[in-house]
Amino acid sequence: MSDLDLAQQVLPATAPGEGIAVELVGNGDMQTADMSLSIGEAHPATHGVFRIVLEMDGERVVDAHPVIGYMHRGFEKLAEHRDYRQIKALVNRHDWLSGFSNELGVALVVEKLMEFEVPDRAQWIRMLLAEWNRILNHLMFIGSYGLELGAITPMFYAFREREDIQALLESATGGRLHFTYNQVGGLKIDLPKGFLHESARVSKVTRERLPDYFDLVLGNEIFQARSKGVGPLPMDVGLSIGVTGPTLQATGLPEDSRATEPYLKYGELDVEVPVGSNGDAYDRFSCLLHRIRVSLDLIDQIHDHIPPGPVNSKLPKMVKAPEGATYVRTENPLGQLSYWLESDGGRNPWRLKMRTPSFSNVQAIPYLMRGQLLPDAVSILGSVFFVVGDIDR
Amino acid sequence: MMLLVTSGVAPLLAQAESLLDVGDSFLLPLVLKLALVLAVFFVVPLVAGYVEHKAMGRMQHRRGPVEAGPFGSLQLVADGIKFIQKEDLIPAAADKWVFAIAPGVALVPAMLVIVVLPFGPGVFALDLELGLFYVLSASSVSVLGVLMGGWASANKFSLFGGLRAGAQLIAYELPLILAAIAVAVQAGTLSLVGIVEAQSGFMLFGTDVNVWYVFPQLLGFGIFFVAAMAELSRPPFDMPIGDSELVFGYMTEYSGIKYAMYMLTEYAGMVSMSAIMVVLYLGGWQILPGVPLPGCEVGGGLFDCGVTGTLLGVAVTLAKIMLLVFVMVWARVTYPRLREDQLQRLSWLVLVPLALVNLALITIAKVVF
Repeated sequence: MSDLDLAQQVLPATAPGEGIAVELVGNGDMQTADMSLSIGEAHPATHGVFRIVLEMDGERVVDAHPVIGYMHRGFEKLAEHRDYRQIKALVNRHDWLSGFSNELGVALVVEKLMEFEVPDRAQWIRMLLAEWNRILNHLMFIGSYGLELGAITPMFYAFREREDIQALLESATGGRLHFTYNQVGGLKIDLPKGFLHESARVSKVTRERLPDYFDLVLGNEIFQARSKGVGPLPMDVGLSIGVTGPTLQATGLPEDSRATEPYLKYGELDVEVPVGSNGDAYDRFSCLLHRIRVSLDLIDQIHDHIPPGPVNSKLPKMVKAPEGATYVRTENPLGQLSYWLESDGGRNPWRLKMRTPSFSNVQAIPYLMRGQLLPDAVSILGSVFFVVGDIDR
Repeated sequence: MMLLVTSGVAPLLAQAESLLDVGDSFLLPLVLKLALVLAVFFVVPLVAGYVEHKAMGRMQHRRGPVEAGPFGSLQLVADGIKFIQKEDLIPAAADKWVFAIAPGVALVPAMLVIVVLPFGPGVFALDLELGLFYVLSASSVSVLGVLMGGWASANKFSLFGGLRAGAQLIAYELPLILAAIAVAVQAGTLSLVGIVEAQSGFMLFGTDVNVWYVFPQLLGFGIFFVAAMAELSRPPFDMPIGDSELVFGYMTEYSGIKYAMYMLTEYAGMVSMSAIMVVLYLGGWQILPGVPLPGCEVGGGLFDCGVTGTLLGVAVTLAKIMLLVFVMVWARVTYPRLREDQLQRLSWLVLVPLALVNLALITIAKVVF
């Protein structure tokens, strides 16, 4: 059986966990017509224009067909018509919750092809802001997963923390969503005065508030009842589908390119990779929360490492990558983000292929949803972390 | 049936007089009673809604409404005006008549419940001998309106919502009623006024003690509270609405005044369920167990309290209602939504057996003491 077959085999319609009350009545051979239920393209659970067509038998999902592409904006093609310095303003828009990490990836791939040496200070600052951006992203998903389950408060808590971090990033980059702070060769400008002091303060405050999430959300009995054993993803299936990030880590595989294939200066740091045990929604969420803690640890380490010096280096008037191709992978908040850059020696990329984590993560949805109840399908939808723009590009 | 029940459970206490029975005229008391019911129906739910807005806001690092009226207190009035102005949409595929009357079918029982609820010494429209039986029956008719709306909308999400509401009612009616029966057993009457009265004088080994039923029946109170929240589809039992799954459940296709009627039903339901709990478990309009209202220290401290005492009694009742509403809001802010099968499991495997145990204990205690 190939990996693909494994991923697509139909699961028997067993009840999730111990829930049996919504089972078939009688001996179960009464034939009822399946109902097709279209979730999306505008539905509260899909946070974006994403559509899933569910074949339902009562409240049970028989089959799920994700329909993607409603938000296709053609970033890969557009990038072929942009100067290397302009691409960053495109890529920080595909996953709009991880703008900084996206532009970091594209800066790295161009620098790699041009064999450009980036000053140390710029590399450390990139890591610092990338970690802050990761926390921003994870907080958003913590809030939105709560909403999927009907808990409204985590969203407001998450936005309280997000606001502090947004203000911090805004003070350095001038942006709240599309930072456009990376440049080929370094950073746009140096950090403002007092940034590290403020960063340390926000880190302390966020760390102090983190137990709220562990208690209010992860420790909540109903939250556990709604997420434990819901949508378990075995490691081999996860690997064959290609999920990455917290979704893969929840299956028990400590795969995180910051630790396994370090870029920037991550090799000099101690990167802990939280893992789950059976890859269910609870593990995915728990990995997400622990990743925030890990990022805060990294931020505190980075504060002690940032050296003085320039943050960018002089670029030629015309940035041209030599003919050739290269590939860079970074650990984006939602998983592995890779750029494949192919150049014909001109001012624009000949081809910029993106491998975005959300696109791979949603491939697991049909496997996870089959045989589940409708509320659990929504719980799965919220726990397989994706951003719609990142799926469709 | 009516006759059988009334003759079977003869009221131990004389039926109380409503303060609104003024003079010998037929019309005046009727108008006053209608005014009371309508005032309670349209005003108290708005106050409950305001409590919800503000409490939720404070718990979520927000301020809640601030613009409409002083401290945002008229926000729900503004919302109501907005709903009235909106276009009344009926989906083309909908069953038009059923779709149109469904919100009314949900709304009217919520109003009928208020008729027998006592809000203070003598402040009630009607003291039915079968008051408890009446409120429990009337409040469960509302779900018919929900089912009708869910079916008639010709929308799959609405249908899911309506069916879930029906399933929920079946699961939660039983523990609710079993818990209420225990109170009726202890009080020896089904009249709501009689139950309040019974909580002010309780003979234990020949001594007169004041005890609210929440103390001997804490278990029953808990069961009733959980079941009431489920019956009202309040979070964490809001699966019929389930906004992240079912868009807005049975209300998905409703807009304008019809939607406002459903919302009013929900808030009026919160108020009347809280009022029932205040009557059954929290001693009605008594300030504290054994503390009579000013003006009627003699004669049990429950009736003929004069203007101050009566107003204070009403205020005490409303304060207790708002306290219970606050707890419901608190639960909403804290908990995610349960799954429908988990709710059924909770009801049939936990609440029903516990309610039966509660009933058995209370009955034995009643016989022994």
